[in-house]
Amino acid sequence: MHIPLWRRILTWVVVAAGVLAAVPNAFYATVEQSNDAKSQIESGVSDDALRAQAAGWPAWLPSSIVSLGLDLRGGAHLLAEVQLSQVYAERVDAMWPQVRDLLAAQRDTLGFVQRIEGGDPSALRVRISNADQAGRAVDLIRTLAQPVQTLTGIGATDLDVRADNGVISITLSEAERAATDERAMRQSLEIIRRRIDEVGTREPTIIRQGEDRILVQVPGVGSAQEVKDLIGATARLTFQHVVSSTNDPNAQVTPDQEVLPALDQPGVYYILDRQEIVSGEQLVDSQPSFDQTGRPVVTFRFNPTGARAFGEHTAQYTGSLFAIVLDGEVISAPQIREPILGGSGSISGTFNIEQTTNLAVLLRAGALPADLVFLEERTIGPELGQDSIDAGVRASIIAGLLVMGYMVLSYGLFFGMIANIALILNVTMMLGLLSIIGATLTLPGIAGIVLTMGVAVDANVLIFERMREEIRRGKAPWRCFELGYDKAMSAIIDSNITSIMIAIILYVIGSGAVRGFAVTLGLGVATSMFTAVFVTRLILLHWFEMRKPKKLEL
Amino acid sequence: MAFRLKLVPDKTSVNFFKWGGIPTHATFALALASLIAVMTIGLNYGIDFLGGTTIRAESSENVAVSEYRSALDQIELGDVTITEVFDPGFRADQFVKQVRIQAANETEVSNALIGQVEAALQVVDPQVVFTAVETVGPKVSGELIQTAVLAVAASLLGIMAYVWLRFEWQFGFGAVVGLFTDAMITVGLFSVFQVRFDLTIVAAVLTIVGFSINDKVVVFDRVREILRRDSTTPLPELMVVALNETLSRTVMTTVTTILALVALYIWGGDVIRGFAFAMLFGSVIAVYSTIFVSAQVVLWLGVKRDWEKKTDTGPSGTQFTTSAE
Repeated sequence: MHIPLWRRILTWVVVAAGVLAAVPNAFYATVEQSNDAKSQIESGVSDDALRAQAAGWPAWLPSSIVSLGLDLRGGAHLLAEVQLSQVYAERVDAMWPQVRDLLAAQRDTLGFVQRIEGGDPSALRVRISNADQAGRAVDLIRTLAQPVQTLTGIGATDLDVRADNGVISITLSEAERAATDERAMRQSLEIIRRRIDEVGTREPTIIRQGEDRILVQVPGVGSAQEVKDLIGATARLTFQHVVSSTNDPNAQVTPDQEVLPALDQPGVYYILDRQEIVSGEQLVDSQPSFDQTGRPVVTFRFNPTGARAFGEHTAQYTGSLFAIVLDGEVISAPQIREPILGGSGSISGTFNIEQTTNLAVLLRAGALPADLVFLEERTIGPELGQDSIDAGVRASIIAGLLVMGYMVLSYGLFFGMIANIALILNVTMMLGLLSIIGATLTLPGIAGIVLTMGVAVDANVLIFERMREEIRRGKAPWRCFELGYDKAMSAIIDSNITSIMIAIILYVIGSGAVRGFAVTLGLGVATSMFTAVFVTRLILLHWFEMRKPKKLEL
Repeated sequence: MAFRLKLVPDKTSVNFFKWGGIPTHATFALALASLIAVMTIGLNYGIDFLGGTTIRAESSENVAVSEYRSALDQIELGDVTITEVFDPGFRADQFVKQVRIQAANETEVSNALIGQVEAALQVVDPQVVFTAVETVGPKVSGELIQTAVLAVAASLLGIMAYVWLRFEWQFGFGAVVGLFTDAMITVGLFSVFQVRFDLTIVAAVLTIVGFSINDKVVVFDRVREILRRDSTTPLPELMVVALNETLSRTVMTTVTTILALVALYIWGGDVIRGFAFAMLFGSVIAVYSTIFVSAQVVLWLGVKRDWEKKTDTGPSGTQFTTSAE
């Protein structure tokens, strides 16, 4: 058995790199503080205290540390489902005025046009009194359809229009639904991210899961409810035309109108056109500010489309009122004194400074395209996390000592310690690897490390047992050494490949903490192959070359 | 020769098959009993699988569970279980209780509920803090059961395919029968003792499957090795030789694994105890099933013995190249 020099060097370089990568974890708090300070300095904030913290860990050393899972650090974990069907419903609902106007223009042939309420909300259903003209109505409505901009839906339009006994139902086409889903999901992710970032929590995880789900993990938060409040503040802002005001919340209105309460005047209700002049999506900026009288207000600015629509409306309805509606409440209903053409203005109300700040944040972040339903919520307190870390570290150390003691008892000080060095290197390299790849360590992950300690010696056990067999057969020490490694190899490979298979399956199906276990288990198996086979063989090889033993004490 | 702790002598000749198929049938019976236990007694599913809310309430005062219960009786919660948690790692003034509230249909409701629960408990125990609150909705819990079952099935199939590829189909089948009984009996144990069964336990069961297959592969590897050089010895004798030759390794690795798991069970904290318990039990049963189930099944099926006559290297199954002797 000869190992070329370059492979020996490579092996030791890999070991050294693994150990070096693990080093920052021994100074976890210092490195964490230093990393935080560095990222703050990078974002523009800087003072002496921060610079001192940043300098607390030398820049030439690796600074990646194992990131701790929520179960170890404390925080909130939420799994939300985006109610995508709501988006379809809103889309088709918004089409009604257009469809009505289009069909009403042909009243001579089509007859009366009437919307059928109720039923599946993701379909807009319209009845025309001349049922035999349904085909013509369908053709007319189809002219409203737009081509869908997707790769798969080439040639597809966004609407499915069908007629059945004079009832025409309009739904979004398959291709459009897929495109809408994608947009809604991306928008939801972005909005959730912005809302959570506004609070300045560090390292939140916000990722899409599956078709319609979003996983949100925020470390250091006291309860899932806080995160929900943050995300759930919908802040849907619209500007609508005011028809009149009333004191009756159940005032009779046409289907095109709605009655909404005033936010700061109890008992006052506004009758509004459902049709929005401009909605919050067209808002490009919003800031807390003060008006001429020194009252806190929220300023806003629209994009060109919004500005044009707002300008047209205010020009047409100079003198009447428009309502600023936030989440179904009228926050103010100012009179239009002159056309507002620049697309910017301010919202006043009985706000204090904090409220204007919050409102501006919510407006900037925009509205979620659809409601979220929370399927799973977990909050872990930081104390419990610390207790778990302490228990995990304690169990790991004791487990390590027990296993190492047993190895020395069974294989003697020399061979036992070689296996133990491999074991220590294995755990160290595992931590190093976890730090580098940025995997998250969870409580089951620690269990995985502990288990790895028990199982990782298996490769060395297999090798040593083989060597013993060869010694008993009276082979020369050098042959025993060679044969021990050679013969044990196939069992080591087979058993480790099956273990890695299990780890992969666990990773694929598992979520959260279980995934953390799969990662450490898989990494542990991989690094143990390296340390238990390559490293121990190299150590023994060095020893054989130096001592040229006549007899193996194993 | 210096001192060596040897739990297994250098040369052993234990005839593992002297009882014939009795231990195997006993294991099958046990696996069947486990299946019946799961179906009749059922499993003490955690919220991962059942949906609902668990609250971990910690306090510096030792307030009796009954007081918690009577405090919670005031509010309408439906099905509530309160259990006291003990752990040797706890501080002298650390008292932990687990409150489990059965699935509310809407997770949204639970937040108001949690506030109510907290308020009610603070009346009897002003020091109480909720160190963990977990809510899983019924929709997710249903999916979690599905994926868990799928994972176990997928891993068994994957392993069977791999062992078939590397050895012979008889070995693959024997291995999977052994793994299946391991998993079944472990789950049965959770049913009989009503230990809480959640996602981490599924992870534990899968890990047992992984540990168990290791053990089986090592033995099969030795059988294959002997088969290659010996075409006359009857399979049962050969299997006994293989088992004896690998016995000291089996014992070594099992002992180190058990040592690590015992440490985890005792000192790893109460959150991970169920997991450690499953693994500890599973690692013992895994070794047993290698000999008395998987090896026995291979014996019953028999292995084709004529392949080594065709070629000198006599590949049984797919070979990875390792440097030859």
